[in-house]
Amino acid sequence: MDGSLLEVSVKDGRLALAAGGAWTADHANDLEQLVEAAIQRSPQATSVNIDMGRVERLDTFGAWLLERLVRGFAAAGRETKVVDLPEHYRELVAEAEHVNRAEISPVRAPLVPTLVAALRRGGLALGDDFLQFVQMLGAVSVAGARCLMRPWTFRFTSTIHHLDRVGFRAVPIIFLITLLLGGIIAQQGLFHFRRFGIEIYVIDMVGILVLRELGVVMVAMMVAGRSASSYTAELGSMKMREEIDALRTMGFDPLEILILPRIVALVLALPALAFIGAMTALLGAALVCWLTADMSPEIFLARLRDAITVDDFIVGMIKAPFIALMIGVVASVEGLNVEGSAESLGLHTTASVVKSIFLVVVIDGLFAVFFAAVGM
Amino acid sequence: MAGPGNEAIISVRDLVVGFGETPVLNGVSLDVMRGEILGFVGASGMGKSVLMRTIIGLLPRRAGRVAVFGVDFDGLSEDARRALERRWGVLFQQGALFSSLTVRQNVQFPMREHLRLSYRLMDEIAAAKLEMVGLTPEVGDKYPAELSGGMIKRVALARALALDPEIVFLDEPTSGLDPIGAGEFDLLIKTLQHTLGLTVFMVTHDLDSLHAVCDRIAVLADRKVITAGPMAAMLASDHPWVKAYFRGKRSRANGAAGTA
Repeated sequence: MDGSLLEVSVKDGRLALAAGGAWTADHANDLEQLVEAAIQRSPQATSVNIDMGRVERLDTFGAWLLERLVRGFAAAGRETKVVDLPEHYRELVAEAEHVNRAEISPVRAPLVPTLVAALRRGGLALGDDFLQFVQMLGAVSVAGARCLMRPWTFRFTSTIHHLDRVGFRAVPIIFLITLLLGGIIAQQGLFHFRRFGIEIYVIDMVGILVLRELGVVMVAMMVAGRSASSYTAELGSMKMREEIDALRTMGFDPLEILILPRIVALVLALPALAFIGAMTALLGAALVCWLTADMSPEIFLARLRDAITVDDFIVGMIKAPFIALMIGVVASVEGLNVEGSAESLGLHTTASVVKSIFLVVVIDGLFAVFFAAVGM
Repeated sequence: MAGPGNEAIISVRDLVVGFGETPVLNGVSLDVMRGEILGFVGASGMGKSVLMRTIIGLLPRRAGRVAVFGVDFDGLSEDARRALERRWGVLFQQGALFSSLTVRQNVQFPMREHLRLSYRLMDEIAAAKLEMVGLTPEVGDKYPAELSGGMIKRVALARALALDPEIVFLDEPTSGLDPIGAGEFDLLIKTLQHTLGLTVFMVTHDLDSLHAVCDRIAVLADRKVITAGPMAAMLASDHPWVKAYFRGKRSRANGAAGTA
């Protein structure tokens, strides 16, 4: 600490302070400690003299700390004089005299919220989420019905654009991931089934698993990560920039213009992607069987034909549009919930993806129960 | 503090900046003197903000020299650069407040990063800065999204002034403010410039601002600074664009204020 910034001496019951050097932001930390120490010095001295003559530079930080020094002495009822303050700093020091007069009490929320409060908030948020989801589903259905009655109001160009983005451009990554996935499942199956000498049943397993469940669920999760996030981020930043309000004031329904085309595109794209995904997974499995177990593609196909039925395929595919609708609705709800800040955009984009993926699994489960009940 | 001196705190020589094929600025030379308020005008989209962003190092330049505080940034190490950057503050056109931080945290952000201060002192200084720009300390707990346009500009100015810089760059500080708010903001800049001894580089379109607070005005046209000088020189200029700008329909010289 540089003591020459503020030298304190006591002379005949008077406290004499001599300030010097640079009273600036860089020395503010040292200065604060010196100032606090000086206020505590010699409480019996009733008058204080602060000599600012040797101060070379002074900024807002220095001016405020001088003011704090003066107020500290004044609060103890000591007579305080500031002398030799360079002319050109007078204005700044005078400015500092006005500030911080009101008591400030920053509102600091407790860092760790209480468990009960967190649970309560979580419960309420869950209820809110559900209501908003149902509301958006209803609103989208109404907008869809309106477009059916007046087809010329439907945004075809926009829908095609989004179909390209969420559907066509997703094909390479979905191809790659499902190909590997199919191969991995087949390889694991071969490894374990070989011990019982029933390698051929790998084809049954892969066929049923991929067509009924994994094909559509894996693809839906990828689409949730890829497209739900982009929908939420797009709608959210449009909301932040008041573009959605602008649409409304021009008499357009943002639901019809922004959300319906996106959801329709998703509902069309996901079944197609799920189909591609399922076929690629089978291809991956066939490749692994051929390369590691010497099952020729002819054997694979013949066995597959016996193992699966059209029902398996339908059970898988029929889920896709429902899951897509749900992903689209969740992404739209989250997008429209974005508030002013960048942080809010991030939070809602995350929420959108997490909720979509969770609901993919939930809906898949509900369908499984349903198909079991109807015997498919 | 001191009046405009003769020392150039920012010095730009033969600057060329461009995007793609065509240069936006071609051979710009400009001096900003210590302690003055320089108003920088030019037609929209002609590169006023580009010059400002080049001076503060946000845009690369193709040729020419830019020296701030007498130092050319090109040869500097990262640390030396950062030390120099602390000595200026920038007010962006839209405020550029950090939306996830409260107003107080926004103003404290540069202090928190560059200085080691106690929480009490940071709270006090932040409140002081907010009061200096004409806001009440209670605003400190709000988030930028809850503020009006004028308040955003004030908070952004408080943040630009957080470390008591020597230069402040203002990018259209009064755009989007009502005339009364703009007038108050002009006055605020003048007052702060006086009390803190600031050098102000102000990109603006506001003729009232130019009349009220600027010591000198520099005009950007044809990719160059064509003239720089006090208001009187601008009004006397023969350059067609300068004439149209300062003596056009909306200018004071032609309106009621011309008789004042």
